[in-house]
Amino acid sequence: MFTTDEGKVVEKEVAANKLSCYHCGASCITANIHVEEKVFCCEGCKLVYEVINQNGLCDYYQLSSHPGLSQVKTLRSNKYAYLDDAAIAGQLYKFYNGKHAIVTLYIPGVHCSSCMWLLEHMHKLNDGIVESRLNFTTKEVTIRFLTDKVSLRKVVELLATLGYEPHISLDDSEGKKTKRIDRRRIYKLGVAGFCFGNIMLMSFPEYLSSAGIDKQYTMLFRVLNLILSVPVFFYAASEFFVTAWAGLKQKILNIDAPIALALIITYARSLYEIFTGIGSGYLDSMSGIVFFMLVGRVVQERTYKSLSFHRDYKAYFPIAVDVLKGSSVVSTKITELKENDIVQLHNDEIIPADGILIKGNARIDYSFVTGESEPVQLPEKSIVYAGGRQKGDQLLMQVIKPVVGSYLTSLWNNHAFSNNKTTANEEESIIHKFSKYFTIVLFILAAITALYWAVYDASKILPAVSAMLIVACPCALLLSATYTNGNLLRIFSNNGLFLRDATVIEQLGNIDHIVFDKTGTLTQGSKTYSTSGHQLSAEEEAMVYSVAISSQHPHSVALCEILGPHAKIQPDNWVEIPGSGVKATIGKHTIRIGSAIFTGVVEDADNKANVYVRIDDKITAYYFLPDFRDAAVQVMPELRDMCKISLLSGDNNRQEADLRKLLGQESELLFSQKPVDKLTYIAQLQQNGTKVAMIGDGLNDAGALQQSNVGITLTDDINNFTPSCDAILDASRLAYLPRLLRLARSARSIINLSFIVSILYNIVGLYISVRGDMEPMIAAILMPASTLSIILITTGASSIWARRLRLSLQAR
Amino acid sequence: MSVLFVLVAISILVAGFFLFAFIWSVKSSQFEDQEGAAMRMLYDNNIDKK
Repeated sequence: MFTTDEGKVVEKEVAANKLSCYHCGASCITANIHVEEKVFCCEGCKLVYEVINQNGLCDYYQLSSHPGLSQVKTLRSNKYAYLDDAAIAGQLYKFYNGKHAIVTLYIPGVHCSSCMWLLEHMHKLNDGIVESRLNFTTKEVTIRFLTDKVSLRKVVELLATLGYEPHISLDDSEGKKTKRIDRRRIYKLGVAGFCFGNIMLMSFPEYLSSAGIDKQYTMLFRVLNLILSVPVFFYAASEFFVTAWAGLKQKILNIDAPIALALIITYARSLYEIFTGIGSGYLDSMSGIVFFMLVGRVVQERTYKSLSFHRDYKAYFPIAVDVLKGSSVVSTKITELKENDIVQLHNDEIIPADGILIKGNARIDYSFVTGESEPVQLPEKSIVYAGGRQKGDQLLMQVIKPVVGSYLTSLWNNHAFSNNKTTANEEESIIHKFSKYFTIVLFILAAITALYWAVYDASKILPAVSAMLIVACPCALLLSATYTNGNLLRIFSNNGLFLRDATVIEQLGNIDHIVFDKTGTLTQGSKTYSTSGHQLSAEEEAMVYSVAISSQHPHSVALCEILGPHAKIQPDNWVEIPGSGVKATIGKHTIRIGSAIFTGVVEDADNKANVYVRIDDKITAYYFLPDFRDAAVQVMPELRDMCKISLLSGDNNRQEADLRKLLGQESELLFSQKPVDKLTYIAQLQQNGTKVAMIGDGLNDAGALQQSNVGITLTDDINNFTPSCDAILDASRLAYLPRLLRLARSARSIINLSFIVSILYNIVGLYISVRGDMEPMIAAILMPASTLSIILITTGASSIWARRLRLSLQAR
Repeated sequence: MSVLFVLVAISILVAGFFLFAFIWSVKSSQFEDQEGAAMRMLYDNNIDKK
């Protein structure tokens, strides 16, 4: 503890206004932790600095200032003991030959060029590490090391000491190594672009020379075109045939079916013309259309590499836990936990399976599972549920259900999780409905044309019908949808809303009911508070402040903020008991700050205070009221005009009056909702045909996010873990939400507009083709003209609309 | 006029080379991490001299 001498230093520094930690940039309460003139906020940061300094890696601090991560939390010494288990380590290795091992670890803390520099110089810190390379976009570091010199555990511990603790979860052990980006469409795009350009070039001579060119050259260009068109038709366009065929097998006419038909007919007719020598075919138009459609799909399929939309509880659970076997502790994989196993749980660890508490002071934070923000104190012999997080001492618990059968994980067995939302969205999409009618109308028109020519000139049936099917290719429709969606996805992401895929845009535009979660979504932190009991005098406030200031617990920090700065009185016998509170004496007074049990208060059940302060016999209770996000207050009136609002909270109804004021009389507010209740509530709304968006933030909303038409996760840090959802919204952009919704609604009109334009082109083309005189030259002009004008209309209209809504078009 | 045959062959070869370069660059993960490379070039290499 501080001596009186140092106490004065503290006061001086506080007065001289904030010092910041050389390592992490956090403000320092004291200047006592230092190396030469460099000050640190905690011993952890100082330790990291020393490691880096000893190895001559101080460039780390030159690349960006205060690059480090706060090291307040200390690492438990055997936290990674399970990595010594060869079977577990083996599952994490990407490559292992008995000597060399390659492992890829996800490091959420990576944020600047210094991080990258340090992580790529790890071979300076340990001989066993041969090479390390960071993928900055995905925040994954790939480390190659020699297993006879350094173990995986040592490597992970080294990362953790540097402040770059990797996130190793149950998910990693389940063979996710096959997670590779699908580059096939990019290759196809390259091939199609190459062939399209060259075919176009070879077609020009024939189009441009009115007198006709030499016979030998005509043949040369036609043959070359034919060769170049082979990869376009059989490789680049293959996905259209595959999807069309898959649809037909299920008796569905999807948008790819008429496109595949048009491609086949175009190609067949071109082959026929070239082999019989009557013309040059439409190979340039065909490869052009394939190329532009592929571009549209690539643009629409933009992915956010650092985000994941498919996380379930496995991403949150550790790989292994400590299990007591007789008198020894064995690291056991979570998947191998059996009933009656005794699990040793440390501070801040997640309960892996439902169980009975055997020993220890349990203070379980269920915010993960239920959304209830206050940790609960549990006596021995009570049941603890998977997903809770122990705050405080070590616990012993006996497993009563295996991991997969636990209360939390059973949520994932709900049928809501078994549907593929992308497929479901596609089937509901307007494009899907449209393509069905389009194909039918097209066949009727083709039949009429054939009949007409059968009466007047039978030799023209084939040319006229084939030309018609070529011209009427609904590629313009596909293009208008893909380019609109592609541009909207870009605009959304520039404004802090990241969508899982393009099918979400249309769903978002149809939303008429928004359901909010409370904790963490509408509210954040706690600056406002209320008190009851003894009213503290100024002198007492100073004493409480002095005791609380030395504790890092969020409640102590909040308490200090409330009490405001006071000169610190040096307390004696200062003790912090994790999970309970802090205790100290000042002069004749004994001061206890902490939970009800710790301070000896008999709680009244409904009105639990967050923290109790006891000075001798006088007790004051502090209730922290979570603040509404400013943006939430700001957007609510506009959202209420746009759609219905409901609130589902896992928390108690302490804030009901405030919430009522915010959400209005007509909104429904429900409290103490379990994850399954939230899911059922949304399913009920949907039964009446309502399109529901759920906005939540935690695993407790996972069911509701999955069930809703659009599940949006709100997060303060985009790189944080987010539960599986359709969209991730940056909390700092919450104020944009109504405008983003309006933009999604406009997508429909933009697509309709370009539909009309493309239908006009189709009518012109059809007019020419039904008369039976479709020249390749006209096709070659009509195709790029219609494609380009559609690209211009869709991207232009969506950008103009976004600008009118005052959304930013540029990346941040 | 037969020079046209040669020119056409050359132009396709050159274009084919660029197609190959494109596919090779995608295959060798050059587009995977677009932010990292920009930072990596800023490192000083003086670390070994210490």
